[in-house]
Amino acid sequence: MAPEHPDTPGGEPTALALKILVAGGFGVGKTTLVGAVSEIRPLRTEEMLSQAGELVDDTGGVDQKSTTTVAMDFGRITIRSGLSLYLFGTPGQDRFWFLWDELAQGALGAVVLADTRRLEDCFPAVDYFEHRAIPFVVAVNCFAGARRHAPQDVSRALDLDAGTPVVLCDARERESGKEVLIRLVEYAGRRHTARLLDSVG
Amino acid sequence: MRREQRPEPMTEHTTGFPSEPGSQWYDQEAGPLVRPYAVTGGRTRPAVTGVHFDLIALVTLDPAAPGIDDPALGPEHRTLIELCRPETQSVAELAADADLPVGVVRVLLGDLVERGCVTVSRPVPPAHLPDERILREVIAGLRAL
Repeated sequence: MAPEHPDTPGGEPTALALKILVAGGFGVGKTTLVGAVSEIRPLRTEEMLSQAGELVDDTGGVDQKSTTTVAMDFGRITIRSGLSLYLFGTPGQDRFWFLWDELAQGALGAVVLADTRRLEDCFPAVDYFEHRAIPFVVAVNCFAGARRHAPQDVSRALDLDAGTPVVLCDARERESGKEVLIRLVEYAGRRHTARLLDSVG
Repeated sequence: MRREQRPEPMTEHTTGFPSEPGSQWYDQEAGPLVRPYAVTGGRTRPAVTGVHFDLIALVTLDPAAPGIDDPALGPEHRTLIELCRPETQSVAELAADADLPVGVVRVLLGDLVERGCVTVSRPVPPAHLPDERILREVIAGLRAL
């Protein structure tokens, strides 16, 4: 379905842009994932984590991360001329939640990145997307040194709705990131079809 | 101004942190020299009423657009026009490439729409998310990356 484009006289095919959000706790690898799959250098507004911020942000288990994304970063994947996917990393801290609503508006779906060492960090993101019925997948970023957990264990620990996919990934790897996005788009398609069937039946 | 003397500039790349927060910020790190909304004449909302440019709304330059040399357009307007010249750009990309806050870019885009320089696509409403054919195309495109 093409977006409305009332200002353009008919004839030319309208460009379509789709939005996918990448959410999750502080330091879980959102920016890394966006950068791994984006065809443009990830564009971002990043601010140094202040010393005051350091007290707020619990960086236990998150080594050597001295900055945190406080606005948004994003990448682009061109599927073909006139069809692009935009990825937005959501702000990792609660005080930037006001930015989420705008980002979530019209989103195709979301990736919730999780770190099994700090699984609770992704609870707010899971809650957010569940409440707004935005399709999401949970991608467990398998950090070196982190214990591996089976996807079904993560699903149970997060009390996910049945059907919500959980995938293991390495946010640094392009192939792995691609796989996460494919799972999300497939799932969003299934959810969309189910909604259509519901509205008919 | 946040500095009194001029030692070797420190950046996040060399230090990870300014060693004395508040005393070592140079150039872009010291923040903009012009307050962001000064370039919009203090306006925080686009002049075009009832529109909200989504981050992924696509901005297309009208090649036959009148008024690109309009003296009423500021340098930031022209920057946006130049960024759109090679290809259609999203609002988010324009903000990043022009190094302006998204709110400021929205106001400037409102001016450009009003003058007929650019068209801005409306985002897809959530209820009209793309059909299966498009989603299949996206999946195939991702696999082919």
